[in-house]
Amino acid sequence: MQRPGRGRRTSVDLFPLWLSLKVALLATGISLVLALVTAWALSALDFPGKEALDAMTSLPLVLPPTVLGYYLLVVAGRESWLGKAWEALAGEPLVFTPKAAVLAAVVHSAPLLIKYLRSAIEGVDPLYVKAARSLGMPEWRIFLRIVLPLARRGVLAATVLAFARSLGDFGVTVMIAGNIPGKTQTLSVAIYQAVESGQGEVARNLVLIVSALGLVIVWAANRMQAPGALRG
Amino acid sequence: MLEARLQKRYKATKDCPGFELNVNFTAGPGVTVLFGPSGSGKSLTLDLIAGFSRPDAGRVLLNDRLLADVGTGVALPPQQRGCGYLFQRPALFPHLTVRRNLALAAARLPKLERHRKVGQLLEIFRLGELAERRPAELSGGQRQRAAIARCLVVEPEILLLDEPSVGLDTALRHDFYDALAASQAEFAVPVLLVTHDLEEAFLLADQMLVLVGGRLVQTGTPRQILEQPASVMVAELLGLFNLLPAEIRHLDPGANRSRLRWNEVDLEGPYYPARLLGDRVTVCVRRDEILASPKMGKVEKGTLVMNLESASETPRSALLHFEESLIVEMPIEEYAGNRHHREWVLKFPVESLRLV
Repeated sequence: MQRPGRGRRTSVDLFPLWLSLKVALLATGISLVLALVTAWALSALDFPGKEALDAMTSLPLVLPPTVLGYYLLVVAGRESWLGKAWEALAGEPLVFTPKAAVLAAVVHSAPLLIKYLRSAIEGVDPLYVKAARSLGMPEWRIFLRIVLPLARRGVLAATVLAFARSLGDFGVTVMIAGNIPGKTQTLSVAIYQAVESGQGEVARNLVLIVSALGLVIVWAANRMQAPGALRG
Repeated sequence: MLEARLQKRYKATKDCPGFELNVNFTAGPGVTVLFGPSGSGKSLTLDLIAGFSRPDAGRVLLNDRLLADVGTGVALPPQQRGCGYLFQRPALFPHLTVRRNLALAAARLPKLERHRKVGQLLEIFRLGELAERRPAELSGGQRQRAAIARCLVVEPEILLLDEPSVGLDTALRHDFYDALAASQAEFAVPVLLVTHDLEEAFLLADQMLVLVGGRLVQTGTPRQILEQPASVMVAELLGLFNLLPAEIRHLDPGANRSRLRWNEVDLEGPYYPARLLGDRVTVCVRRDEILASPKMGKVEKGTLVMNLESASETPRSALLHFEESLIVEMPIEEYAGNRHHREWVLKFPVESLRLV
């Protein structure tokens, strides 16, 4: 194995691993903010279109990743208004860049994170929220000072799982970020590429890395979710 | 002053019978107790006042401030109602110390003022030494004290207490009553307290509202309600009365006397205005107003001899169960010396025979 670097290949190029970690980290951060706001709104507020928002945020969970990727291409492609606006602001297109991989990972992980966070938020005893409201606390403060600290275990575990989901995305990433070695090729895409081109050893090594990462993540998520006494 | 006119209806479902709340009352200074059996709508009434549930009709005014009015669509959120709410469980935020629970509630006050206010309340409610503890490290009574202190730190215009002493043992219960008295003495905040505990209601209430099946069936001071229950339902709910089906046999307004026939026995009562001879009525007699003594020799006129079927004891009194489901309550010491007697002489004082 060698240190990460563009275009330098021996048995295993670690660029996809570092890119995947960076993409997953960024995507998890963005997803967490989006998901916290959405999950809170869905569980604590009543507003017109709430059911529609719920359905919209659940849709990516049931659609094939390639379909999601297609939608993203339509919405953020170079011919779309969003794509054009991005290009005008950033000076380069959004699609087929590492930023597109982040977008793909956000779309892939945020819906699941919303589900987990909503469940964690709704798991907080509503009596605390009722008490806080009777004390005159505004909703945002109730969320930040009461609900979030009490749901922290669930939130942390959900965040770790969202990180894993961002790390493992294939379909959406391939559609919108493509498979450009040294630029947009993430771990999952690199494994596919290695198998396709008959590089069995590379594929095996990458698979082992992903599996080990997955194991650590699942262990961490389980440990975070378990009550204190069970964590030992 | 709280003025509430509230209607709320729940339709019957497969698993649950329907329920309709329809109440109209005012609660002034001091402690107003909302008394009634479980499922009578007491907690729902508090929730409607505090803004946790919306009425189908009616309005709520607190010190002339409109909190809710279905007619005009006014419905202030709970945060703007100024109603301190104390639940059956103290609901202290478990991740914060007592001090931080109070400080978070008072977050909108300037820092110095907040610090002073929190310190003052910790002192009044004897929480100074417990201030840095989390709720899990406090006893039940200490938690309720801390919860009252937290309610008061935001200076509510009324305190809504939903059976706050449920689950507390006698000592902790009295600890809580002391805390409530301290809050009354120091802050004079009107209190609307929900309970189904008669003793608690009589101990705390300045005014009592009796709620049964979603309707207010009687209001008044505890003494007034005890002296004259408004209906058989109220008398049964209080559980302190014998209810005797009787017929009016004689009415004498001049002598302020009536004669009632119950169970082949004539009882002498006061004159009952607006009643006619032959009326079938329910006579309500408080258990502790019937005079009972063991039968010794000749029985004087106007008394009744009955066989004692069983007796039970409470910490303060003995309950003697006679034929016809008649129950007499007497001091435990008085019963203890006569427990071997089977035949007893019962005397119903004239004023004890009330009609409901």
